[in-house]
Amino acid sequence: MREQLASALTDHDADYIEIRIEEAEATRIQYRGQELEDIGSTTSLGGNVRALVKGGWGFVSFNDLSRLRDKVELAVRQARLVGREESKLAPIDPVFDIVQPEVKKDPAAVPLEQKKKLLDEYNDIIWARPKIQTSTITYADGRKRVIFANSAGSYIEQPRVDLSARIIAVARDGDDVQQASLSLGSNGDFGFIENLHQQVAELAQRAVSLLSAPYVKGGQYTVVLDPVLAGVFAHEAFGHLSESDFVYENERLRELMVLGRRFGGKQLNIVDGAAISGLRGSYKYDEEGVPASKTYLIQEGVLVGRLHSRETAAKMGEKPTGNARALDYRYQPIVRMTNTYIEPGEVSFPDMVAEIKEGVYVKNWYGGMTSMEMFTFSAGEAYMIRNGSIAELLRPVVLSGNVFTTLQNIDAIGNDLEMNQGGGCGKGAQIPLPVSNGSPHIRIRNCLLGGR
Amino acid sequence: MELEHVLARAKLVSEEAEAFSVSRTETEALFQANRLKLVQTKETSGMALRLIKEGRIGFSASTKPDEGQLVAMALEAAPFGAQAKFQFPGIESYPKIEVYDPQAEVMSEEEMVELGQSLIDELRGHTPELVCEAAVIRNTTSVEILNSRGGKAAYTKSAFVIGVEGVLIRGTDMLFVGDSECSCHPLSDISAVIESARRQLDWAKDTVPAPTGHLPVLFTPHGVASALITPLTLACNGKMVFQGASPLGDKKGKQVLHPKLSIWDDATIEYRPESRCCDDEGVPSQRIPLIRDGVVLSFLYDLQTAGLAGTESTGSASRALGSLPAPAISSLIIEAGEAEFEDMLAEIKEGLVIEQLIGASQGNVLGGEFSGNVLLGYKVEKGRIVGRVKDTMISGNVYELLKEGIALGSKPRWVGSSLLTPPILCPKVAVAAKG
Repeated sequence: MREQLASALTDHDADYIEIRIEEAEATRIQYRGQELEDIGSTTSLGGNVRALVKGGWGFVSFNDLSRLRDKVELAVRQARLVGREESKLAPIDPVFDIVQPEVKKDPAAVPLEQKKKLLDEYNDIIWARPKIQTSTITYADGRKRVIFANSAGSYIEQPRVDLSARIIAVARDGDDVQQASLSLGSNGDFGFIENLHQQVAELAQRAVSLLSAPYVKGGQYTVVLDPVLAGVFAHEAFGHLSESDFVYENERLRELMVLGRRFGGKQLNIVDGAAISGLRGSYKYDEEGVPASKTYLIQEGVLVGRLHSRETAAKMGEKPTGNARALDYRYQPIVRMTNTYIEPGEVSFPDMVAEIKEGVYVKNWYGGMTSMEMFTFSAGEAYMIRNGSIAELLRPVVLSGNVFTTLQNIDAIGNDLEMNQGGGCGKGAQIPLPVSNGSPHIRIRNCLLGGR
Repeated sequence: MELEHVLARAKLVSEEAEAFSVSRTETEALFQANRLKLVQTKETSGMALRLIKEGRIGFSASTKPDEGQLVAMALEAAPFGAQAKFQFPGIESYPKIEVYDPQAEVMSEEEMVELGQSLIDELRGHTPELVCEAAVIRNTTSVEILNSRGGKAAYTKSAFVIGVEGVLIRGTDMLFVGDSECSCHPLSDISAVIESARRQLDWAKDTVPAPTGHLPVLFTPHGVASALITPLTLACNGKMVFQGASPLGDKKGKQVLHPKLSIWDDATIEYRPESRCCDDEGVPSQRIPLIRDGVVLSFLYDLQTAGLAGTESTGSASRALGSLPAPAISSLIIEAGEAEFEDMLAEIKEGLVIEQLIGASQGNVLGGEFSGNVLLGYKVEKGRIVGRVKDTMISGNVYELLKEGIALGSKPRWVGSSLLTPPILCPKVAVAAKG
């Protein structure tokens, strides 16, 4: 394969060309209600070529791997149509590497029957609870081998293993339908989804309890976020804004996101990095063959770094960070987060709550979304806080904020960092990309909650 | 990999089988920061196999040309698979629905680039500080289905999309405007998209304090799409109904929404990108009344879900290459009313016009609830739009909001490829704003 790619890459009139080839296998199991609905495997083989001519990009993706050279020529021709200036890519040394997989309990080695048995147990736990109307369980594992070669002489073979599970319990009372869910994932350890029996039982219980829970009254509250939701907050509220492809060609955004700008208090530190090993967003090289790193985005409340591809790094005069990622061979790499988290502080969770007269404790995620300035994130579980104690369960709430004020309103950071690996990030059409988020408990003043 | 060969091999080892193939070629001209950034071509092709062995469904899919592996993988899954509650459709006669315009394939990359640049230039002509992204996309998709009962379907579809989005940044304030349009015909007239985005800029010119309380909210067609549609499409899905998770499931024949509301799913509209002669299992397409005059009439079914529920497929099966068919909407049509937009506005003493929410579908959508941040919305005072609101959330339950006192606009429009709706005025929606 190496020679084949090398020969397809030579002798083109382009500033830079890369080829990726991907071979993948995936298994999925889905239950809807008590019935197993879907079980089976898929395989795929595909690739792409990306070319850069005078600052313009051409991209071609395909399933048919024959006539690779023609595809390179098409990408170069398209790039030429776009190019009007000078090509800029941050320099990196050519790499030759064959990366070996690091899996703990390989999902591919677990027989289908055993996977099904485990999910059966979880489903039985949900259905054992009265008032449960239905359940949905989705499990997927996938492995792929990605081969990367570029015109500068890099050649990298990398394995990617990913596993995810989502368990949803739905309770119903008359016309009222409520749900509770659990999302988990790992970069290749089946052990992550074993021994969830207790959590699944709690999940089913929560769905039922929500039927009799009140709505929160919409307005501003002091909120305490659990590590899972605070991780989603870090991802949505700040992470996306640190992706340089939003920023690099927009003068005003560059001014707004100037390094050194204060976003939060001294206790706030936010990090992203694929070089942090063993998490769902971990890898050795990104999709441009750049080695992964660990990047401080915010240090002591001040913007100190951002996430880059080779192009955004060159155009902003900064170092590449290895954050160019693609969902699969059908897409060009774009700047993405990997493992994003808020570093732990010193406040204990009980102390954080003790100071609140009336507030809301929010846990677990349904999802989150950002428009850069504004963001929302939704909690799967919420409780009133009254006079320093956690009080009654509320229906799920959606929280909303403005990145330029909400980060400033974080007034306590806990000492209990946890990473959550259940998320899939979406940007453009590329969803769900495996990422992880994390944080300790955090407290935010004046947070806007939607409600009745 | 030939469909006939795969089907023939599968038939040797199973009772029933179906082979499905899809191939697509797409060309895109993408603009960032007011300039052309990327021209790309995507070619995808693959095949899926569904077989029934000892009454159970085995499924596999691949983009690799390996018939043997495809059959082997489906056979391996079958013993664990769901019990098949259906038969594949035999020879059917399909309605003739035009979804292919050869002209859509003819436009050159250079012409697409020119069209994209004109979207940006026209919009920036209104507000030069805008930083715009734009896309001009054309694609051609061919679908082929063959099954062991003699069923056979094939069609080719063209689609063309133009879209522009601009962001205006002042201090830390960001304003997003934009619109898009799609068709099976090539699009060269950008005036509707530009006019819509320019109107957004005009209405959002000033930012004003948002009100709080239970207020009248006028959802534009984009607003309808972003707040109200997800719960309704989920509730009409036969799978949700069969599971008992749809709040409409036991309401067939009952009044659940305002008598002015009629909602259809329609895959038979000519030259619309979501139309087709048959669904992804080869069942003929039809126009399906979901809600008529506020009364629940029917739900969307594929073959298996219909079999489980003891009813007929509505021709609503949709599938991505790597997954089993499942019921889905094609084009959702909300019937227009009689009110002029200006007259609906005039009725509002104090309220909002909602164009776009973020995060609205991330709560308990199954229960009909939405709650989102107003990405683009305007305050109305004494019947007039006075400016944009920010730091505001609106929340509600679609079954409560669409029950009483609503008004429907007289001019529907397409939002994206799969929704045709008029503006809708709801008299009392919870609005929470940062004080």
